[in-house]
Amino acid sequence: MIHLTVTSVFVDDQSKALDFYTGLLGFVPKNDIPLGGDDRWLTVVSPAAPDGVELLLEPSSHPAVGPYKAALVEDGIPAASFGVDDLAAEYERLTALGVRFVQPPTDMGPVIVATLDDTCGNLIQLAQHQG
Amino acid sequence: MAADIYKALADATRRAILDELQERDGQSLFELCTRLTMRHGLGSTRQAVSQHLDVLQEAGLVTVRREGRYKFHHLDTGPLREITARWPAPDQGES
Repeated sequence: MIHLTVTSVFVDDQSKALDFYTGLLGFVPKNDIPLGGDDRWLTVVSPAAPDGVELLLEPSSHPAVGPYKAALVEDGIPAASFGVDDLAAEYERLTALGVRFVQPPTDMGPVIVATLDDTCGNLIQLAQHQG
Repeated sequence: MAADIYKALADATRRAILDELQERDGQSLFELCTRLTMRHGLGSTRQAVSQHLDVLQEAGLVTVRREGRYKFHHLDTGPLREITARWPAPDQGES
């Protein structure tokens, strides 16, 4: 059987990303392994699933990454989508911490979604499934 | 510009775009696409929605605002005055 173990977002600055994804979003550090240069194999997990899917905070140094991320952000396309139990509460909490949302919680039928800026070059969608 | 208003309004998807911007002004292309799909059952491609936005922009009904790396679409109902100025509705008749 095949498993989903690691997924990734390209981040402009890994240290800054670690602070944002753990300190603000609420993930916890999992792996932090030095690679070549300043790059790290840097992953975080949900506190609800410490052995679950890891989110790799991947360096953006490849020249194709910048234009790719810029084009996605311009059109408002999230680089990743994370689930939350109570989106209204998360929106209040994160907004109070200074997180910028480009889309407030919006009812889309089966799901309520909001989109925030991760300050590392990506938009991130938060989704709460209804019913 | 006046001629473009009628063409711009003569399409259900473009009218739905205006409805969604009326509900929340300043949306990204992605948010508009999501709303059209999830709320209106309109499975338009991103390219198609982008083209609809171009038509609305040419008519002056939608303006684009760039803020940093973001691009937001805003509703401008100003050009619609042309319609009621030409054919006033009964409750807003000339004084």
